[in-house]
Amino acid sequence: MNQMSDTENYSFTRRLLDGLSIDPVLLTLLGILAAFGMVILYSASGSNIDLIMRQLARLSLGLFFFIAVANVPLRLLKSFSVWLYLLGVLLLLAVMFFGEVGKGAQRWLDLGIIRFQPSEILKLAVPLMVASYLADRVLPIGFKDLFVSVILVLIPVILIARQPDLGTAILVGSAGAFVLFLAGIRWRIMLSLMFLFSLMAPLLWKFALHDYQRSRILTMFDPESDPLGSGYHIIQSKIAIGSGGVYGKGWLNGTQAQLDFIPERSTDFIFSVFGEEFGFFGSVILILLYLSIIFRGLYIAARSKDNFGRLVAGAISLTFFVYLFVNIGMVSGMLPVVGVPLPLVSYGGTSMVTLLTGFGLIMSIRSAKRFMA
Amino acid sequence: MSRRVHLKNEYLETRLIRRRIVLSALFILVLLSVLLGRLYVLQIVDYDHFSTLSDNNRIRIKALPPARGLIYDRNGVVMANNLPAYRLEIIKEQVEDLDQTLIDLKQYVDYSDLDLRRYRQAVNRRRSFESIPLRLNLNDDEVARLAVNLYKFDGVEINARLTRNYPQGDHAVHALGYVGRIDVKDLGRVDENNYAGTSHIGKLGLEKFYESELHGTVGVQQVEVNARGRTLRVLSETPPVPGNNLYLTIDSKLQKVAEQAFGDMTGGVVAINPRNGEVLTLVSMPKFDPNLFVNGISYKNYDGLRNSTKRPLFNRALSGQYPPGSTTKPFFGLAALEAGTINSQTKVFCPGFYRLPNEERKYRDWKKQGHGHMDLNSAITQSCDVYFYDLSYRLGIDRMSAFLDKFGFGKRTEIDSTGEASGLLPSREWKRRTQNQPWFPGETLNTGIGQGTFLVTPLQLANSTGALALNGLRYRPHMVSALEDGDTGNIRDIAIKQVAEGGVSKKSNWLQVNKAMVNVVHGLRGTANRINRGLTYRIAGKTGTAQVYSIAQDEEYDAETVIKRLRDHALFMSYAPAKNPQIAVAVIVENGEHGSSVAAPIARKVLDAYLLDKDAPEASASNSADDSQP
Repeated sequence: MNQMSDTENYSFTRRLLDGLSIDPVLLTLLGILAAFGMVILYSASGSNIDLIMRQLARLSLGLFFFIAVANVPLRLLKSFSVWLYLLGVLLLLAVMFFGEVGKGAQRWLDLGIIRFQPSEILKLAVPLMVASYLADRVLPIGFKDLFVSVILVLIPVILIARQPDLGTAILVGSAGAFVLFLAGIRWRIMLSLMFLFSLMAPLLWKFALHDYQRSRILTMFDPESDPLGSGYHIIQSKIAIGSGGVYGKGWLNGTQAQLDFIPERSTDFIFSVFGEEFGFFGSVILILLYLSIIFRGLYIAARSKDNFGRLVAGAISLTFFVYLFVNIGMVSGMLPVVGVPLPLVSYGGTSMVTLLTGFGLIMSIRSAKRFMA
Repeated sequence: MSRRVHLKNEYLETRLIRRRIVLSALFILVLLSVLLGRLYVLQIVDYDHFSTLSDNNRIRIKALPPARGLIYDRNGVVMANNLPAYRLEIIKEQVEDLDQTLIDLKQYVDYSDLDLRRYRQAVNRRRSFESIPLRLNLNDDEVARLAVNLYKFDGVEINARLTRNYPQGDHAVHALGYVGRIDVKDLGRVDENNYAGTSHIGKLGLEKFYESELHGTVGVQQVEVNARGRTLRVLSETPPVPGNNLYLTIDSKLQKVAEQAFGDMTGGVVAINPRNGEVLTLVSMPKFDPNLFVNGISYKNYDGLRNSTKRPLFNRALSGQYPPGSTTKPFFGLAALEAGTINSQTKVFCPGFYRLPNEERKYRDWKKQGHGHMDLNSAITQSCDVYFYDLSYRLGIDRMSAFLDKFGFGKRTEIDSTGEASGLLPSREWKRRTQNQPWFPGETLNTGIGQGTFLVTPLQLANSTGALALNGLRYRPHMVSALEDGDTGNIRDIAIKQVAEGGVSKKSNWLQVNKAMVNVVHGLRGTANRINRGLTYRIAGKTGTAQVYSIAQDEEYDAETVIKRLRDHALFMSYAPAKNPQIAVAVIVENGEHGSSVAAPIARKVLDAYLLDKDAPEASASNSADDSQP
């Protein structure tokens, strides 16, 4: 902070970023990723410049939240957590009763000016809530605290899963679970919970899942069984990625993508476009870029001054990984298609804003550390 | 350690969380390795596999159906062509709700259950991006009504496609055959790829026999498409090669004469040029309009045709099998002369019946009071049965069937069409083989007058008559003389195939039979002498009357009444000019009763039209005239 030996220009940038509570490393990585994302989206959208402009608008909105949240003092965020969580759950209930039905699922809430998915709020509210609950308690997490935390996580997860939005439910659930994991949940208990869940799996399969969700999981194992139905997405996506080869077919030259064989190619299946056009080489670079962002997030978490910061920053970074893993896993036919976007690359407003807000939180946590130091 | 629960230890907690963060990072590395491993498998290990799939995905092969070859008669008259006709076609994959669309379409265009069934059959077989016809041959009203409402239907198209048309309607239908919509059975016998865009296939007759010539070669368009099957651009195109045009030996004019001569009688006429096997006329009556079948015949129409007592769909000329009756007499006469069992002087007394030695049973002559003393000439001229009973008895079945075999009886002529029946030439061997029974002498007598189990088709009779005209020289009858390459216009002649040598009998024997046959038409007592009025050339002929049902042995005394029934068929076989045969004609009129009064006049009209009409081309003129008198 006080390295005056740096060049004037450097120190100015540095001071500006510090003034905005921005970590230059993470910002650079996110900037590269966002630029990457625009390039891919341009191809995936069929060179649709309007779509790029809309995505840029969302990126700007996300950036605004990113900087805004980064500058909110951490203690304030901590005290807001409960209210954000309660608001989120209430909105979820509202969606259940008043929500708009879109594409067969009830996820949207129309507030007149904007239409949004309240479940997005919970992606941040849940880790914040659980972390603020656990931050002042004795760690490793005790049995009573664990019980409360699990309830806090399960309420929104169940509400979201019922919409049905399995993808978001998984992201929200894992965000909560990561807090518990970082809070030192005992291996024995964790394994027991996993075991319990696997016991319940057949029941969940039967009662909790919708037909389309079941068929997606089934077709994941044998996509060829329904090549024109739900297996189509997986088959075409695998063809796209596989035909990319080592170096890919080149930007804008992916036949699978450009000829509209890939479904949802600008949103959930955008990695198929990337894999086809940039090949294995490009995929490795993209994944390394994601890995750098995640590790930088984890580094900030580890260096954080208090438990709340560590838990939140860690959970958000890990959730970011879940996005990545589930998305690429599903488009490469390894995981069922659950509707998780490729973070910061997929076209779509809400996830972009949520993600950048999440990184804003990480920035705030980093500043808090530096502030206290 | 358990005490720690109550105390908050900043240091230990920080260490705990940091340890967990490091653990998570390791976990992430492991999972990302899995992910990269997965991508490695897809993009590097299985690259070839997916690359191939990707190429197949991008490029679709669209079939361009070839134009079917045209059919001309021997003078270039168009017998079958192709006309653009509007079709209602559906591309399944562009239709959101196929069932609903089919229901909704009914408001604008009527289609039958049969149309629907055919459509569904095709849908199951063809790929979902192919355009499949639901209704063919839309009329202007239907096109107009559909066109204005087409915007309501995604994936529904009105397309003008070339459709088979028979401009002369029912004319020569039994020679031509017809095309109909392809069904699953048809696809089993053709190269399905070559028929990818084809909706029709030859179902019968020449259309079926020459299917491979007429169809042509499918064109291929490589198009780049999107996932919805919409063509984005054409990458390459191999245009279809139109099918070959057929030039028939059939003379449309002559055919028309024969058809008109039949009036509303049922039966068949076949006229052949004996010198090369060209079929000049192939008539089966009644006719039907083949255009009905092209456009998907309705159940009502089809039932009408099927259930008609006159059975218009039945090709009598090729598939109808009739006892030849007395038309066999010249053949057996020649056989006996050749075998030496009779000569021109041999006389038999006809009292109106015949008895085998040591048998009580009477074999009756058609003329109750008998013909009196008969020699071969008068027996043929007057068609005496008793003479031929006696001749058959002397000759025996083995020599009879062996001799007639040389003229092509009892086996298919191998004409270039479908559905030909083989007829039946009775023999000892045949009876043992099929019925495991010995031959009875009485059967020889029945065979001798062309009754019993003896069966011929009109085509066979014409062909055998032609062979008789040339003393055994016989060609494979054919209806197509040449193929015109649909692409280059090159003409390829169809080779004439000789199947039997001439000179079956001594020329003097042949002349005797020939003379007797001329007498049938020109003699005072000839059974067909009523057609000789005004003849400027000589016809050699023979009448016949065929029992529809063979009469059991114990019914012998009923024979007379049975013969009188209207059910008897009238036959006439002839060739002309008698000294220089150019044409052989066989006529069978079902239930015509008498060959002389019903069948012979039809033959006369055909012969007149062929031999006297100056416009008629003389295909045989090129053949050496020296062969004319064997």
